[in-house]
Amino acid sequence: MSTGNTFLILSAFLASAVEMVEALTIVLASGLARGWKSSLAGLGAATVVLAVLVAALGPALTAIPLNALRLAVGALLLVFGLQWLRKAILRASGYKELHDEDAIFARELAEAQGAEHLERAGLDWYGFVLSFKGVLLEGLEVVFIVLTFGSAQGSIPLAAVGAAGALVLVAGVGIAVRAPLARVPENLMKFSVGVMLTTFGIFWSTEGAGAHWPGSDASLLGVLGFVIAVSVLLVRLLRRERMEAVPA
Amino acid sequence: MRWIKGFGRFWWDFVIGDDWLAAVLVAVAIGVTAAIAHSHITAWWLMPVAVLGVLWLSLRRAIRSA
Repeated sequence: MSTGNTFLILSAFLASAVEMVEALTIVLASGLARGWKSSLAGLGAATVVLAVLVAALGPALTAIPLNALRLAVGALLLVFGLQWLRKAILRASGYKELHDEDAIFARELAEAQGAEHLERAGLDWYGFVLSFKGVLLEGLEVVFIVLTFGSAQGSIPLAAVGAAGALVLVAGVGIAVRAPLARVPENLMKFSVGVMLTTFGIFWSTEGAGAHWPGSDASLLGVLGFVIAVSVLLVRLLRRERMEAVPA
Repeated sequence: MRWIKGFGRFWWDFVIGDDWLAAVLVAVAIGVTAAIAHSHITAWWLMPVAVLGVLWLSLRRAIRSA
């Protein structure tokens, strides 16, 4: 398997797993507070909407010429990836609070327990909407990543394999433990996703702009190494700067 | 009209996020890369260097506004 395709599956897997862990927290809070019927109905409805989006947009994207697609996708991924990377670096250097899945779960659960009961179509409406919105919003990021990565690398099915692997793993563990996956190294995963999004963004936007990488796909490794080195260096610099700013 | 605004707002927040300047600088860097590449000059090095600068600037802005 080529370097590009290996990265493609790994990136889709990691990015999807991060979003699915967050979606699972919301579905669990909704299920425990408002009943599993409404929560699972919301999950199912959101999954159908996401599947329709993939089915509609996937073939449309593959019809666009590859260079134009790589330019647009590269630019989008780079802007999107820099957001992830910035937040991950700020978290790792102590400038931003770490993502706490337990705290989010407790907050969602308390809000869901306090909401009024309103029944529609035989479902608790609050539970349905909470689960639907949570899965749809987190799932949109998965769809965005699968479609952009897949189309620019020339294989949406391979990206979908990565996302499906994450779905099986997160859903499986979620069903087994029936608790938010707080022990997942979510911040490290987000850091990795930010690095990969930025790497692919740099690679494809450069190719889309008409420049050529020395070594073609193999230079992805070089770009990846560069982004990791820069990110780690920035974390160290900011951490040191923050420590020096704290009065003794 | 409200729905269209909400839709636009969602995609803006989703892709651009809270640092529009980073998005503008990325677009400028891609434009410069394209201009250099079309002049038949090696241009692959420009995006990594530009990203380093954009990331640093974006982090400084985020820390300042925190």
